[in-house]
Amino acid sequence: MKFTLSWLKEHLDTDAGVEQIVETLTAVGLEVEGVENPADRLRPFVVAEVLTAAPHPQADKLQVLSVDAGTGEAIQVVCGAPNARAGLKGVFGAPGAYVPGSDLTLKVAAIRGVESRGMMCSIRELELGDAHEGIIELAADAPVGASFADYAGLDDPVIDVAITPNRQDAMGVHGIARDLAAAGLGTLRPVQVPDIVGTFPCPIEIRTDDPEGCPAFYGRVIKRVRNGPSPDWLQQRLKAAGQRPISALVDMTNYIMLSYGRPLHVYDLAKLKGALVARRACDGEEMLALNGKTYRLDETMTVIADDRGVHDIGGIMGGEHSGVTDATTDIVIECAYFDPAHIARTGQKLALTSDARSRFERGVDPCFLDEGLALATAMALELAGGEASEPILAGEPPRAERIVTYRPERCAELAGVDVEEDRQAEILGRLGFVVSRGQPWEIRVPSWRRDVDGAADIVEEVARIHGFDKVPSTPLRRAPGVARPTATPEQKLERSVRRTAASRGLNEAVTWSFISEAEAEPFGGSAWVLANPISEDMKAMRPSLLPGLLAAARRNLARGAEGIRLFEVGRRYLGASEHPTLGLVLAGTRSGRHWRTGKVQPFDAFDAKAEAIALLAAAGAPVENLQVLGDAAGIYHPGRSGRLALGPKNVLAEFGALHPRLLRAFDIEGPVVAAEVYLDAVPPRRGSGHRRSAYAPPALQAVKRDFAFVVAEDLPADRLVRAVRGADKAAIAAVGLFDVFAGPGIGEGLKSIAVEVTLQPAERSFTEEELKAISERIIAAARKLGATLRA
Amino acid sequence: MASDTHQLDTLRGEWLGRIGAAADLPALETERVAALGKQGAVTQLLKTLGAMTPEQRQTEGPRIHALREAVTEALAARKAALEAAELDRRLATETLDMTLPVDTGAQGTIHPVSQVMDELAEIFSDLGFSVATGPEIEDDWHNFTALNIPESHPARAMHDTFYFEQGETAGPAGAGAEGDRRMLLRTHTSPVQIRLMQRQELPIYAIMPGRTYRSDSDATHTPMFHQVEGLVIDRGITLGHLKWTLETFLTAFFERDDIVLRMRPSYFPFTEPSAEVDVGYHMEKGRRVLGGTEKWMELLGSGMVHPKVIANCGLDPDEWQGFAFGCGIDRLAMLKYGMDDLRAFFDGDIRWLRHYGFSALDVPTLSGGVGA
Repeated sequence: MKFTLSWLKEHLDTDAGVEQIVETLTAVGLEVEGVENPADRLRPFVVAEVLTAAPHPQADKLQVLSVDAGTGEAIQVVCGAPNARAGLKGVFGAPGAYVPGSDLTLKVAAIRGVESRGMMCSIRELELGDAHEGIIELAADAPVGASFADYAGLDDPVIDVAITPNRQDAMGVHGIARDLAAAGLGTLRPVQVPDIVGTFPCPIEIRTDDPEGCPAFYGRVIKRVRNGPSPDWLQQRLKAAGQRPISALVDMTNYIMLSYGRPLHVYDLAKLKGALVARRACDGEEMLALNGKTYRLDETMTVIADDRGVHDIGGIMGGEHSGVTDATTDIVIECAYFDPAHIARTGQKLALTSDARSRFERGVDPCFLDEGLALATAMALELAGGEASEPILAGEPPRAERIVTYRPERCAELAGVDVEEDRQAEILGRLGFVVSRGQPWEIRVPSWRRDVDGAADIVEEVARIHGFDKVPSTPLRRAPGVARPTATPEQKLERSVRRTAASRGLNEAVTWSFISEAEAEPFGGSAWVLANPISEDMKAMRPSLLPGLLAAARRNLARGAEGIRLFEVGRRYLGASEHPTLGLVLAGTRSGRHWRTGKVQPFDAFDAKAEAIALLAAAGAPVENLQVLGDAAGIYHPGRSGRLALGPKNVLAEFGALHPRLLRAFDIEGPVVAAEVYLDAVPPRRGSGHRRSAYAPPALQAVKRDFAFVVAEDLPADRLVRAVRGADKAAIAAVGLFDVFAGPGIGEGLKSIAVEVTLQPAERSFTEEELKAISERIIAAARKLGATLRA
Repeated sequence: MASDTHQLDTLRGEWLGRIGAAADLPALETERVAALGKQGAVTQLLKTLGAMTPEQRQTEGPRIHALREAVTEALAARKAALEAAELDRRLATETLDMTLPVDTGAQGTIHPVSQVMDELAEIFSDLGFSVATGPEIEDDWHNFTALNIPESHPARAMHDTFYFEQGETAGPAGAGAEGDRRMLLRTHTSPVQIRLMQRQELPIYAIMPGRTYRSDSDATHTPMFHQVEGLVIDRGITLGHLKWTLETFLTAFFERDDIVLRMRPSYFPFTEPSAEVDVGYHMEKGRRVLGGTEKWMELLGSGMVHPKVIANCGLDPDEWQGFAFGCGIDRLAMLKYGMDDLRAFFDGDIRWLRHYGFSALDVPTLSGGVGA
């Protein structure tokens, strides 16, 4: 909301300067977004008189002027304006002045051989309008040498205030003045409502058939108006407020709206037929609005219509057809009350915003209809003449009184600032509340403050005017001693996997929660698709963290990155709930060319497995019990991927090389390996407290024995290791696989697996016989898997 | 036979000379055998002691033993010297170019958003606040209605909400009317407040960090961003406590003693009174640095939880009251660590991640300063 200082001062009697006003506005909750004084850039320009005008010796279209700018000497200026002539008073800029409309700084220059020491300016050169046919012509009595901005009344700072949605009352200059007066910055000037007696009955029927959407519809007719451009002062104010002047009658409605927050509409009576009625639109009814667009309406929307059709989307925007023009002679002024919720719904449905909507949907003052109509009528008569009819007051605005009970102690209790009762009552009174100081206080809320309906609101009114800066900083009560731990087990788990991943050389990324539907498809599709996405690429909630990481990997590869190790800790969004997950992608090269290792090494599926297991270990999962199940989801290479599980139903992680088809879909040249760790599947850590089990190192030295078995090529190594391990659970402490070999000497379809078995004696060392017996059990266990001991 | 002193001294000189002249270990071994071996010269001399009279032995014995000891010591010393020289010679051949580059392993990093979240958790845990989370796919009731933002409220339009096609039927149902069950992406972390209050475990001191979403995308807005919500519900909590909490938090977070806050009255449907909080800053080398009161920037929104919101969660607003605040985490990170492009947060550019990221071991602690 923009307005000028002089406009404000018509509503506020104050000596305060613009700086103090701006500070106070922000302090009371009307945040100033900017202050601009159009005079600031007009400072170098003064009123000047052309003394003589002679033809330029070298150019037909130029004249050489002698100008009196009040400096006591005649200044020679070369000018191309056709209207430049002796005796003209205009606006002069001396060398050094910056001309905003031409974006140049004046200097002494020779124009076609004649020296020019300044410029007589046009409207456009000073950015005061579009006119550029000639230089500005001022009245004959304009004082030569005076500041042009002062003379033209342009020294009027424009203040731009951001109005929060609860403060409809501040969407007019008068309401803003009221807050300033309450804050002690002067006195609010009361609204002078003219009493205009109609000289004839209103010649058109006005009524409301939709008391829900439009509870009150007031109006009156003015006959024999002469519409045309509005006066300069009005145009200047509207321009300062960011409105385009249109015609006197339209400008009048905007001016009343900006001054009092009271939207109005004016119809051309000649274009109406029959009664003017507020009613619901019919489904499919259309109206060409003043913004040039046609809107299709439905029966939830309130409109103003006559026998022919709709002329106004009630409270939002008028129609093109019945709007006033310069040819208009008779008008109808509408001053109605529209229900805020109806306006909001209609506006949202039509995606149509307007100054009227933003006021009506916040709730205009229901007790200001008569005043609004009278002010509008008076201003219309003043600007366009004519004769006013008697008003028609159809319906009844919701004027019910609202009383809030309040204890003045609430201010200290809630805002923490102790404001004396007298001061509280004074603040409230200035804001228009009527305070009855009983036990408790009963406070009548002013009709323009629809947002106030409880004691907390009253506290806010008192505190904001008193000053939030007076609220003392008050320490919270603090429990004695060292702060207690607050993190939940889930939070601790997330922290430890995140930092473990980073400690293992992975870079944490944060990628979008939404991806494209096409990206989600290979991952089983998305259970959650946005109805109004910002783009097709950000439409489906991710079922996996991998698409986002793959897209990031692709961007990195495109930038020439080599070793890409990305991970993310975030949620997967499945049908019923959101699952905390760690996803990681390893792309490019594991190690680049190096003098020690030689060639570039790509990542392989075992790298992904290593990360998955290490992260599960960090998450506290019992990794020694993990089984590797085959067949990870279809996004992986079918033979180079797996699931890490505790039992067939409890999958904790998936890992592997990604399927070439997926990589192609993501436009990545492979290979890329990846893993996802399902953090919410990790069983909670058992045990309580900090104590560990007692440490009892074995007393005797362990014995190591190597075994090499020949097995079928497709036997998973893990099965052999588990079989060996299970051969003697008491004696075998560990089984380590240290060699896998297939090829010449082993046999077709076979491979050799070598393991180192650690045997841990308990009370006494193993005898040779015992060792032999254990070996035989190991060989027997392996034989069950078709393994033979290698010679 | 009486060996005279002179003779023994000559012998000692001779042997020490030979030992000292041994050029390598085999040569030294030859000398050892020649002196101390079974047939060695010194051994022979020792054997003469047996044939001596006790008187002779008394004078000769110590002298001969001294000779043997001197020779033994000389052998050991020479051996050590030769071995040292041998080692030096070998090492001299083993020189590697220690200027060759080595691989220190990949440098992993923590994303600034995670780091800041950990910092927040650390600071607020000291004030007794726990960390709470909630769903990002929310229903209309928790995101709006319960927060005193009814259907037609103009504030809704300011939220640029993402709605789901899945609409009203799917997902967890909120309380209230049918429209309240429409599913959306939470536009703020405030619905977690509602879920926390609904649990009715009082008092509540919590922060709620997480992802939030608005249909907004330009140089300074991304459709996904991070917020942290703070909530205190207790008896006797005032706007003054909010002020102190924010001052304390920001002073600790930015690790500056000159952080100055300015509270301005504002409007949020879910707080009353509501305050926008500005923080003072100044420019250093063309960048914004918090501290001082030279200039002000909006930092966060806050206020006393609206009695209707408290009542909506089944609590008695006459008994319980408190404050809430909401602040952009990405913004906090940018102000503290000096990033200037929000969009880069979500791009996954490893160069950016390495530049702005944190080491795994930079765990924020109060004793070390939360800024790692």
